[in-house]
Amino acid sequence: MEERRYRSASGAPLALRCRQHSASCRELAVRCPRLQLRSLSAVTSAVWLAAYGLFVLCQNSMVLSAAIFLTLIGLIIYLHFVKIDQESLLVIGSLGIQVTSSYASGKESTTFIEMSQVKDVVINEAIHMDPQDPQGVSEVVPLFQSSQPRLDCLIEVYKSCHEILDQRKAASQSDGVK
Amino acid sequence: MVLKVFFPSCCSSAESGILIGRWIPEQSSAVILAVVHFPFIPVQVKQYLREVQQVTKVSVSVLGSWNNSKQEKEESLSEFLEDLGTIFSHEPWIQISKEGDSKFWNCSTLQKQPDNHREEEIILVYYDQRKVMLSHLHPPSDTADLGAEDASKLSAIFNTVASSKVLFMTDRYDDGPIKMTHWQSDGIEASIIVELMKQASVPACMLLTFLLSLVSGVCNSRVLKFWPLSFLWSKLSTCEQLGHRLQHLQVISSSKKAQNQTQLMRKANIFVSLLIDVALGILLMSWLYRKNQIGHLADTLIPVADHVAEELQDLLQWLMGAPAGLKMNRALDQVLGRFFLYHIHLWISYIHLMSPFIEMILWYVGLSACLGLTVALCILSDIIALLTFHIYCFYVYGARLYCLKIYGLSSLWRLFRGKKWNVLRQRVDSCSYDLDQLFIGTLLFTILLFLLPTTALYYLVFTLLCLLVVIVQGLIHLLVDLIDSLPLYSIILRFCRSYRLAAGVKFRVLEQQDGKPLRLLMQLHPCRHPSLVLPLSMGTGELKQESRKLVTQESMGTGEQKTGHSSVGKRKIQLLKKQCLCACFYCLCLFCD
Repeated sequence: MEERRYRSASGAPLALRCRQHSASCRELAVRCPRLQLRSLSAVTSAVWLAAYGLFVLCQNSMVLSAAIFLTLIGLIIYLHFVKIDQESLLVIGSLGIQVTSSYASGKESTTFIEMSQVKDVVINEAIHMDPQDPQGVSEVVPLFQSSQPRLDCLIEVYKSCHEILDQRKAASQSDGVK
Repeated sequence: MVLKVFFPSCCSSAESGILIGRWIPEQSSAVILAVVHFPFIPVQVKQYLREVQQVTKVSVSVLGSWNNSKQEKEESLSEFLEDLGTIFSHEPWIQISKEGDSKFWNCSTLQKQPDNHREEEIILVYYDQRKVMLSHLHPPSDTADLGAEDASKLSAIFNTVASSKVLFMTDRYDDGPIKMTHWQSDGIEASIIVELMKQASVPACMLLTFLLSLVSGVCNSRVLKFWPLSFLWSKLSTCEQLGHRLQHLQVISSSKKAQNQTQLMRKANIFVSLLIDVALGILLMSWLYRKNQIGHLADTLIPVADHVAEELQDLLQWLMGAPAGLKMNRALDQVLGRFFLYHIHLWISYIHLMSPFIEMILWYVGLSACLGLTVALCILSDIIALLTFHIYCFYVYGARLYCLKIYGLSSLWRLFRGKKWNVLRQRVDSCSYDLDQLFIGTLLFTILLFLLPTTALYYLVFTLLCLLVVIVQGLIHLLVDLIDSLPLYSIILRFCRSYRLAAGVKFRVLEQQDGKPLRLLMQLHPCRHPSLVLPLSMGTGELKQESRKLVTQESMGTGEQKTGHSSVGKRKIQLLKKQCLCACFYCLCLFCD
């Protein structure tokens, strides 16, 4: 298990963890920067100062309780639906590829794509869908959408994935030869 | 190729024995369905498997051996298990052994053909047999003739487990020659309530079908199809809703079993929706008939109708004066205003005539709430429509008058410019008119033009009022459609038994040890998108139909004249622009002359 530091497209520090479970199973996890206490305190203080200013203007204490309520609800929604902690790719040769996003509140959303439906894993700068594609590519699944690592990190991921995917191609070719 | 072994987690603590299941050579995966324990006679095992294969159409065979040694490794047992490989010839022969309580198992294969010298990697995938069996992730039977490359690999596995239901019917209390371990081996899972309901459902369905045939026979009889009655039935939304529910009951009580998953879910959703509907209706009834609520309702109905009529009279008096500072044509204003006032007077007299009977009628109509909350809401909507019938009449008069006026104006405007509408060619052609034709045409045009604001105002006011009533009715119908088509069964299933509506699988990598096979846990992933839940209910087709019905109802309420409105609407805007310009010019000419 190795962990390397990279940067995201916006400059935030990322950590790529590559774990080899077996010869045909590899897990690549990109960890995004955690929620900073600084930014959280800044946002909370700003909201509460605004609420206090409103209270001074209209002398209604409901404004203060509403502000507290809103802050809590907003924080819960942010942690559960918006803030992604880690995005990982589990490549199991001959079974499929599993993409997991884990949120800051612990929620995990996973998608499993079977190997027969995976054509290739590519690094793409722009996607141009040809409507008459003879090979029948039906869906492009973007990975690492929220952490957005830079090219060097993506190249590492690409190399690791292809080591396992090429095994599959080699196996199918040798079976075909037989 | 990598060998995948799907092992049921319920067999992890089973005694030693042989593994039976299905071998899928294209994917190089073995789906293990059960473990057969010692002692057994190989011939009997083979015969049993053949019987199972005949019933389930799944090629079940002996795949390998399972060695669960609680104490130290027993050499003799493992030798014996290897020899079994020669009796049950299967290629490859899978041997799984577990020592004591260790999590890490040994898994190896015996190949008969020694030319395959590749060190095959083995992946051990644990799956929950019960959940995989009850989930519906495998494709329906009509796509079974797709090629093996097209079919999803995992769905083949799910299909295998789901089709082998008969294999799981024997538990350890049966005195058969074969002792197996699988998810139901500790006792077949059944519920007394479900069994009783299954037994009772057959005669109940037959009774229901008989009753429904009687009711539909009465409804379809010739007596009820005469013109005034059939027109009435089509206009009342209660009859429509009752027909809808009748159709639902027919779907439920049909004696044919559901062909596939969607049909089964649809039936279940209709059933739950009917139950909830009737329960809410009975609740409403119990509230209505307690403390003489019906009497209160009836007492407030007449004053409300009177109040509405008074408000309308005030509105008409306002229109007959100078509404919003606009100057109306006094004569036309007075005629229209008095006409509508007389209508209101007639209406109020009819309502007052009916007032002694209102309470009784409401009492009997309220009884029909036991048929469901949706029926009660439809009756409410119909009562509102009946009470505001005079507003609807006014709207129709105003709209017809306005439509006639617009027709006249457009035709005379064409005459004013020297053109004519060619019906044959469906276009505007030039035409030479006589002098007296032109003179009378222009005169009529002027008259109609200056009477336009009055008619337009009446039209606008009554259209808005009618729209208000239609909006209220529309909201009630929206609620009714919501109750009708909400897939409650699917929603409950999604929250309580989410593996039944599984949308995919999730793999979790368990603890590994070097030299041992890769261990994965396959879990069912509940569906997150509501789109998966909704089509399993009433079918999106029905939902779309309902929404279309609502839209057409609302538009029908405002645009009764189908012939006039659509074509006039398009020309109206252009006409209005032209008319305004020419009217100003003409007025100037008239005043200057």
